[in-house]
Amino acid sequence: MGAPLSYAYAVTRPADGLQEALRAQRGVADAPVHLVEEAGMVAAVSHVPAEDFDERPLRRRLEDLAWLEAVARAHNRVVAALAGVATVLPLRLATVYRDDARVREMLRERGRGFGALLDRLADHEEWGVKLYVAPRTGPEPAGEAGAGGAAGAGASAGAGAAADSPGRAYLRSRRRQQHSREDAWRAAEEAARRVDAEARTLAVDRARHRPQQGELARGPGQNVANDAYLVPRGRAEEFRARVERAVAGLDGVRVEITGPWAPYSFATPPDPAPARPESREEAPAP
Amino acid sequence: MSGGRLGPAPSRAVSPYGQGSSANLADILERVLDKGIVIAGDIQINLLDIELLTIKLRLLVASVDKAKEMGIDWWEHDPSLSSRADGHRSLAEENRRLRAEVAALRRGEDRSPPELAPAEPEREAEPPQPHRAGRERGHERQHHRRVYRRGR
Repeated sequence: MGAPLSYAYAVTRPADGLQEALRAQRGVADAPVHLVEEAGMVAAVSHVPAEDFDERPLRRRLEDLAWLEAVARAHNRVVAALAGVATVLPLRLATVYRDDARVREMLRERGRGFGALLDRLADHEEWGVKLYVAPRTGPEPAGEAGAGGAAGAGASAGAGAAADSPGRAYLRSRRRQQHSREDAWRAAEEAARRVDAEARTLAVDRARHRPQQGELARGPGQNVANDAYLVPRGRAEEFRARVERAVAGLDGVRVEITGPWAPYSFATPPDPAPARPESREEAPAP
Repeated sequence: MSGGRLGPAPSRAVSPYGQGSSANLADILERVLDKGIVIAGDIQINLLDIELLTIKLRLLVASVDKAKEMGIDWWEHDPSLSSRADGHRSLAEENRRLRAEVAALRRGEDRSPPELAPAEPEREAEPPQPHRAGRERGHERQHHRRVYRRGR
C-alpha cells in the first residue's frame, strides 16, 4: 500500500469555470479531479491508488482491455470536460507522478512550451473524419434485382438474361460484384480528395490516423481514411456540412464525423527534441 | 490570445466534447494512447513494452495483413476485443485464456485453445505461421517496437 499517486490528464491556463467543470466529473479509478497550479499553468490531476498505477501493477493492468477501456474513457471524459471551458493540452494516457509536487515541477519546467502550444491551439477544436467503403454486394441470383444491388442489375440485364445458363449467370453476378467493388474504391478515392479539399478551406491543420481495422472498428464497411482536422471553434457546423456535401452522391462511400475532440492529434511534445519524434503527417497505411 | 477562454457560453453546462459514453472506443484509444502530449512521468511505463496490449492495439494501428504476416490472428476471434465496459464477462477467465494464447504464440503452436469454440471467421483464416509467430517473443521487442512505429 503506497501513498496515492498523481495521475495527470491535461494542462491548461488558469480559467474561470475549470473548477466547476471538474466538480461534476469523476476521473480514473472514480477519483475526484483537482487542479494543480504552478507558473501560470494548471494541470488536472487525480489521486489514484498505487496498487493500480505504480509501475508494475500498471503494466499488468494495461493488459486488461476492460480496465484499459475504463481508464481511457475516464481520461477522455476529464479532458473533454476541461475542453468545454478552456483550450487544453491533453496528456497521453497514464502520465503518472509520485505526488502533486512533482506535477508542479513538471509545469515549471515545461510551462513555456505549453504556453506556445496553447496559443497555437486556442479557439480551435479537433474533428475526426473517417471514410468507409461499403462495396455493394450485387444480388446473387440474376432474378433478384434491387435490394442494394448495383444499378441496372438483374431486371435490366438484357433480354438474354432469362436464357442464361447458371454458369453464365454466376459469372455475370461475379463480374457485377467486382465492378461494384472497383467503383466503390474509385468513389472512395474521389471522396477522400473532395473531403480533404473541402476540409482544408476551413481547417488549419490535418493529422492522419491509421485506418481502423478489426474488432474495435465499428463498421459497416471498411475504414479507408481516418483523419483529424483542427477547425476554428464556431466553424464546426460549416465544417460538417462541407465534409458531408463532399461525399454526397458518391455511391458506396460513407463518411463518419466525430467531435468535437480536445486537440489530441495536434498536441505535440513541447520540447524541441522529443524523445519520441512524432510526425504530424503519418504515412497512409499500405 | 491568452488562455483560450471560451466566449460567453453559459449554455455549455454539458460539454459537447467527447461524445460521452457513446464515443467509439477505437477513436478514444487512438487518441489517448497514440496522441496527446507525451511527458515522461515518474512512473515509467512504456506502453509498447506490453506485449499483449501491443498485440491488441495492432487492431488499431496496423493493417490486418501486417499482423497476419507476423502470424497474429487469434484476436480475430477474441470476444474480449469487442468488450464493453459494462460487459459481464469473467475477466480473470479472459486473461487466463489470453495468456495461454500468447504462450502458445511464443511456442509457435496452433493458437486456438481447445475450450474456445471457434468464432465464425469473417475472412478466410490463414494457416498459422509458427516460424513468424516466434517473433512475438519478449526478447525480440526491439523488432516489435519497430513494427509498431512503422510509417509514423
